[in-house]
Amino acid sequence: MVIRLEHIRKKFRRLQALDDVNVKFESGQVISLVGPNGSGKTTLIKSILGMVHPDSGKVFVDDEWINGDPSYREKIGYMPQVGRYPDNMKIGQLFNMLLHLRKPIENRIDRDLIQQFELEKIFEKPMRTLSGGTRQKVSAAIAFLFDPAILILDEPTAGLDPLASEILKEKILEEKKKDKMVLISSHILSDLEELTSHIMYMQEGKMLFFKDIASLKEETGEIRLGKAVAGIMKGKEYNNSWISRMLNPRPTEKIY
Amino acid sequence: MLKLTKYILYDITRNKVIIAYTLFLFIISFSMFQMEENSSKAMMSLLNIVLIVLPLVSLVFTTIHYYNSYEFIELMLSQPMSRKRILISEFSGISTSLLLAFLIGVGIPVLIFAPGSIGYSILFTGMSLTLVFTSLAFLASVISRDKARGIGFSLLLWFYFAIIYDGLVLLILFNFSDYPLEKLTLLLSSLNPIDLGRVFIMLKMDESALMGYTGALYKDFLGSGTGMLFVSAVMVLWIVMPLWLALQKFRRKDL
Repeated sequence: MVIRLEHIRKKFRRLQALDDVNVKFESGQVISLVGPNGSGKTTLIKSILGMVHPDSGKVFVDDEWINGDPSYREKIGYMPQVGRYPDNMKIGQLFNMLLHLRKPIENRIDRDLIQQFELEKIFEKPMRTLSGGTRQKVSAAIAFLFDPAILILDEPTAGLDPLASEILKEKILEEKKKDKMVLISSHILSDLEELTSHIMYMQEGKMLFFKDIASLKEETGEIRLGKAVAGIMKGKEYNNSWISRMLNPRPTEKIY
Repeated sequence: MLKLTKYILYDITRNKVIIAYTLFLFIISFSMFQMEENSSKAMMSLLNIVLIVLPLVSLVFTTIHYYNSYEFIELMLSQPMSRKRILISEFSGISTSLLLAFLIGVGIPVLIFAPGSIGYSILFTGMSLTLVFTSLAFLASVISRDKARGIGFSLLLWFYFAIIYDGLVLLILFNFSDYPLEKLTLLLSSLNPIDLGRVFIMLKMDESALMGYTGALYKDFLGSGTGMLFVSAVMVLWIVMPLWLALQKFRRKDL
């Protein structure tokens, strides 16, 4: 399974959200998509999912140019940054609906996260009564539900408590072992350290680098991932103030 | 396609606004038939409710619901489902629930107190207007980027069709009163579904005798079998066109 992006450009009014992005992701990679707010991470993810149409350039998923036909999305599980569901729908119903709509083969259904997050206990609760964190858990369980070959997680741990966040990390590791492709966007570097095999760094819509962890550490001589990224940034004199802020968080900022 | 509609419908029929709307319609219709001795007078008041309140509620409710379902639509888009299917499912879910509210709230009282051709034409007009304005609301929401603009646009549409349009027609008729305008007025009323509905129902009532020569022409045309066909066809056009435009726009939209 390969995702290939060729010369993707996207402009929203005056903002250049993506500026000539070329990259190739492969199975078995866990890619951290890192960059400051507004650097185009979500736009990149959305153009792979076909939600955003690039102004120019092409996206290939599994060597197929995505051009209107939605069937390729069977291979992708997506966890959005903010999950919001119909107010009066119950959690159980949401899962039933998805199973009903997709009609997967029974042994390809992955209910691990539903069990581990103990969502079955609250299957009868309507969506409007859920907290943000619980909604995140539901979103995560949906992304993994159909055992897809590609997982795209947009800021997955942002609203989760440490326990849930740990469960999710374990699950990602498990999928990595099954030779799946996992694309995670996040701005908290330390959060992803144990999982990541590759780092893609974006700033102002441009991809500044896409490297595997080993060569990144070799180039910078740093053991900690966050420092390694910061090292590269400093060497190239990019705007890295957000990185140093992340590495030396003020005590009020939560970093798990 | 209907699978998704079923779940959307389940969600909306439990929505407090829809339940309140159904109750409101029911109480209003019921009390009108109770208060007026003459059921045709009650029908007249009911007609005004149908022509003013129905389009407003359909427009505003649909627009707000669309924006509230935005993240849900995104989730559906990340599934292997076409955009057309998602939008049409949303449309059928919302319009079915609004139709149900109308049929329970107005349909039941009308069938109890005043079954007959006037009653049926009120029901026909009400159902058409609900669909027309749901469709227009979808167009407004797909075109506008944020919720405030979308609702603003919807309200503007309502002002235009319910209030401003009549003023414009009066202005034309007044200024060109020396010319024969009968055919033109017929055309003008088909350009506004609310007007078309009003004329269609008025012709079934005795009051149409007061409308003079134009009224006679209307009655001649709209009262006949072809007239019924004409009104239905125009209403269908008013339902299909905005929805089709919304679909075209939605296909190319960035979410």
